Amino acid sequence: MASLRLSRLIPRPRRGYSTAASPSSRLNLPIDYKSTPLLHHTPSTLSDTLDLPSSTTSKSLNFYQAINSALRTALSTSNKVMLFGEDVAFGGVFRCSMDLQTEFGSERVFNTPLTEQGIVGFAIGAAAQGMKPVAEIQFADYVFPAFDQIVNEAAKFRFREGATGVNIGGMVVRMPCGAVGHGALYHSQSPESLFAHVPGVQVVMPRSPSQAKGLLLSAIFESKNPVIFMEPKVLYRAAVEHVPSEYYTIPLNTAEVVKPGNDITVISYGQPMYLCSAAIAAAEKALGASIELIDLRTIYPWDRQTVLDSVKKTGRAIVVHESMINYGVGAEVAATIQDGAFLRLEAPVKRVAGWSTHTGLLYEKFIIPDVARIYDAIKQTLEY
Amino acid sequence: MLALRSARLLRASQPLSKVPRRWSGSISQRPGSDRVRFPGAINSKFTTDMAFINPSEMPNIPTYRVMDSDGVLVDKSRKSIDVPKEEILSWYINMLTVSVMDVIMFEAQRQGRLSFYMVSAGEEGISVGSAAALTPDDVVFAQYREAGVFQQRGFTLKDFMSQLFANRHDNSKGRNMPVHYGCNYPRTHTISSPLATQIPQASGAAYALKLEALQSPDTPPRIVACYFGEGAASEGDFHAGLNIAATRSCPVVFICRNNGYAISTPTLEQYRGDGIASRGIGYGIDTIRVDGNDIFAVYEAMREARRLALRDGGKPVLIEAMSYRVSHHSTSDDSFAYRARVEVEDWKRRDNPIIRLRKWLENEGHWNEDLERDTRDQLRKSVLKEFGDAEREKKPPLREAFEGVYEELTEEAEAQKKELKRILETYPEEYDLHQFQDGVKGL
Repeated sequence: MASLRLSRLIPRPRRGYSTAASPSSRLNLPIDYKSTPLLHHTPSTLSDTLDLPSSTTSKSLNFYQAINSALRTALSTSNKVMLFGEDVAFGGVFRCSMDLQTEFGSERVFNTPLTEQGIVGFAIGAAAQGMKPVAEIQFADYVFPAFDQIVNEAAKFRFREGATGVNIGGMVVRMPCGAVGHGALYHSQSPESLFAHVPGVQVVMPRSPSQAKGLLLSAIFESKNPVIFMEPKVLYRAAVEHVPSEYYTIPLNTAEVVKPGNDITVISYGQPMYLCSAAIAAAEKALGASIELIDLRTIYPWDRQTVLDSVKKTGRAIVVHESMINYGVGAEVAATIQDGAFLRLEAPVKRVAGWSTHTGLLYEKFIIPDVARIYDAIKQTLEY
Repeated sequence: MLALRSARLLRASQPLSKVPRRWSGSISQRPGSDRVRFPGAINSKFTTDMAFINPSEMPNIPTYRVMDSDGVLVDKSRKSIDVPKEEILSWYINMLTVSVMDVIMFEAQRQGRLSFYMVSAGEEGISVGSAAALTPDDVVFAQYREAGVFQQRGFTLKDFMSQLFANRHDNSKGRNMPVHYGCNYPRTHTISSPLATQIPQASGAAYALKLEALQSPDTPPRIVACYFGEGAASEGDFHAGLNIAATRSCPVVFICRNNGYAISTPTLEQYRGDGIASRGIGYGIDTIRVDGNDIFAVYEAMREARRLALRDGGKPVLIEAMSYRVSHHSTSDDSFAYRARVEVEDWKRRDNPIIRLRKWLENEGHWNEDLERDTRDQLRKSVLKEFGDAEREKKPPLREAFEGVYEELTEEAEAQKKELKRILETYPEEYDLHQFQDGVKGL
């Protein structure tokens, strides 16, 4: 096969399949994860941000290694923690469970047959008997056979049991989500708003390795409710930062003001946080504005107060997310803002989100938000 | 729910064929009867011997084979293969075509020329041999490792390459990942990545064919062929699809490619019991297991399955075709992370559907080293030519990002298209549209 010199046989066209930015781009440049202010490039900023002692040791990890570190911490902290899903035993298709079966044994870390409804139902049963199951769905795009178990069972478990007091707190369903450039219809979806419509489950999407570890440990040990934990898979290898080596948690249901500002509030979560950060840098430079950036972190139940406090201060807001705009998270956030901060608003709340279509292979970069669209929204909202 | 619905449903139910009606009130327990006459099991004898059935103590379902790994017919007393030599040669060339294309496209992906690819090395015999027993009017629902089905049904190299490079001739208009082929006629539904979803759909399509045959008796009889892997058979949709096909007596042939692995998960962690074939028996479905490396066994089993599926107004049939996934799961997978290289090499050497048919052809004097070399060279040239043409071809117009969600664009989608156009025109330096037909005007 090595003898196949394709480039000699067929000259490469000007560009391959990759949907990289245009050579003339100034806004839609590839995200530079090595310099983005959203990541802890040195350990010095960790203890303050995460409320940890300054003696904290850390290691530079990418997103999947941080998940792996959280899972390892969880499995060694409590023997109630179990980890299972499709192809989990050899480390998982995204390497999140690497070496964990070897370290903790095949009783607690194991492969399941290929059945998402089975995986989630199994997790519910185990949690109802006091275990802390961490179930992996291989791609968020494949969670839908488990929708019945999540919507009708996990979400309603505590409510249905009533006075029996039985609940499934401690159950976490992890799933990689989001666009990567070439995932098309079934390797790109972010179904968080579908789950956020269901009271009874907590929906979390971290933006970075250190956030992921703290939020995942919180989901496993602190939360007494079933948690849908969504991992933006484009960050698995791309996002690298210092992550505390010890056990720590980041509270669920709290948003974080990642960057303070006075003139406009940008609200987002997950991977688009990096696009927002880049758009904000360009807009602050070009337009001289001061822009606040908020990471929702938990999408439902969400931290309404932090968002309202910010918008009451700035008077302008934009919500950015990758998944479709129609009936999406942005609609809920925008409606809450107009309800709770109407008299302070100086412009309509703008949504920058995926268009109301499927993620066609070639069209992804035109469908999901990019830096140019966020920049344009900031500009329009400031000039309103 | 059942209690509320059943009375109305029973009145509305008009059985299409004379299948046993177990819910019928005429069956009741007669005094002194030696067998169960409960509605749920109408012919089970009473026994005083309390014995649990232990499946591991039962003999395994045998594997049907016509020729051995040397390409020699196993049963000396059987008649020879009743298929014209030219047709068998065309099967061989179709398997070779898929194999040659696989090698080139796998490498092309490694070199960054396309985003993704999946080869079907070791499984060409199952897809080509089974599709050879279908008519063009039969309907196929496949998974994603059945390029041989498309090849056998007349999909051209240009069709393959247009899809792989998502150019303006791609049937799916640049929307799907590579290897998600689709064809209107012979109807071979476009591949969907989620596993097993096609199985109940195949049952429904087969039921439609059955109704069509009842309503228009002059149409030639046709079936649905439905392909999936042994991993997909763990999904709920597999059970739903087989059960509903059995209860509605649908003319559908289910073909399970049991290649030993679902990505990294070996069959031992996928299921217990005697393979996927044993599931078919549980659903009351005619079932056979065949040697998937033996294209004659696959073809003959499929031909007979098709005949059975059309008999008595229709019924489902299950074929479990045994093979070994010689390749990685896809270009995104490195299977040596979970299986030994020697295991793969061993399988490659030991048995392979292409080599096996080649041996038979050579034994019969229909093939030789010169023909092999010339054919491979020719196929390689054809693949490379279509590769180059398809890669240079323009991509579909940008409006295909919005069209096809609904039959007609919604007012909301129109507004979004307009907004995207405004962005593309306001920030032209941010977007490279040269590959798309008609650039921004294509929106």
